[in-house]
Amino acid sequence: MQVELLFWAGCPSYPKALADLRGALVEAGLDPDCVVVREVGSEIDAQAQEFVGSPTIRIDGRDVQPPNDEPTGLTCRVYRRRDGRVSPTPDPADLRDALHAASSMPSGRS
Amino acid sequence: MPAIGDEAPTFTLPDTRGALHELDGAPATVVVFTCNHCPYALAWHDRIINVATEYADRGVRMLAINPNDSERYPGDSTDAMRARVDNGEFDGVPYLRDESQEVARAYDARTTPDVFILDAAGILRYRGAPDSDHDDPAQNAAWLRAALDAVLAGHAAHPDETPPVGCSIKWKA
Repeated sequence: MQVELLFWAGCPSYPKALADLRGALVEAGLDPDCVVVREVGSEIDAQAQEFVGSPTIRIDGRDVQPPNDEPTGLTCRVYRRRDGRVSPTPDPADLRDALHAASSMPSGRS
Repeated sequence: MPAIGDEAPTFTLPDTRGALHELDGAPATVVVFTCNHCPYALAWHDRIINVATEYADRGVRMLAINPNDSERYPGDSTDAMRARVDNGEFDGVPYLRDESQEVARAYDARTTPDVFILDAAGILRYRGAPDSDHDDPAQNAAWLRAALDAVLAGHAAHPDETPPVGCSIKWKA
C-alpha cells in the first residue's frame, strides 16, 4: 500500500493531518512510518501533481476525500467532517475507511 | 505595526455593495481579517459572527475585512464575498474588501482569521485568535469574548495577545 501526504508549507494543517494519518495506520495495524511526505512548493508543481490544497492524502493514488472541481494551487484545503463542520484536515474516520478500503482491495487493483 | 496599547490604524473600505465603512468610536470594535476559502476562517466563522450578534446591544461593532489577492484566489473575489453576504452568512456584519492590502499591512495581519479589538478611543486592546481551537466549537470564541468583556469594563484584556492561527494572507506579488 502506498500512502502519500502532500503538503504546502504555507498552510499549518499538515502536522495534525500527518498525526491523524499515522494514528489511523496504527489502528489498522499498519506501519505509521510508511507515509511518504512530499512538499509541493510552487504553482507549477501543484498543477503537475493535481494538488488542490494542503494537506492532500492519497492511498494507492486515491484521494481520501476526492475533490470535485477545485482548481489546483497553493492553498489550505477545505474538508468536511462527518458532522458537517468545516475543517483544515480530513475526518479521521474517513482516513480509517480509506485505509480499510485500500487494504481490502485485491493486490494490483488500486 | 501597532502593539497592544497603540492607536490602531484608521481606514475607509468598501463593503460588497460599495458602501464605505470606517472606525466610528464604538465602545469596542472588532476588526477581523478573514476570507472565503480558508478552512480555519470558515471553521471559526460562525463563532465570530455570533459574538457580533450577542454583543451588539453592548455597543460592540464588528468589521470583517478580506485582504486576499483575488486574482490568484478567485474564491476571494468581491462577487464571491457578496454571495456569502447575500446568503446571510455575515448576519449584518459589514464584509469589506481591502483590495490594496494596505489595511492588512498597516495592522500587520498575518492570517485568516486574525482578530483585533479596539476600544472607544481606537486603541488596540487585543490581537490574535478567537479561541484556542478552531476544531472545537465549544471554545465559543472564548478569548475574543473575554477580551471584549474586559474592554467594555475598562480593563486590560487577559490575554491581550495570542498567536493568530490560520491560512497565510495571500499577498499580491
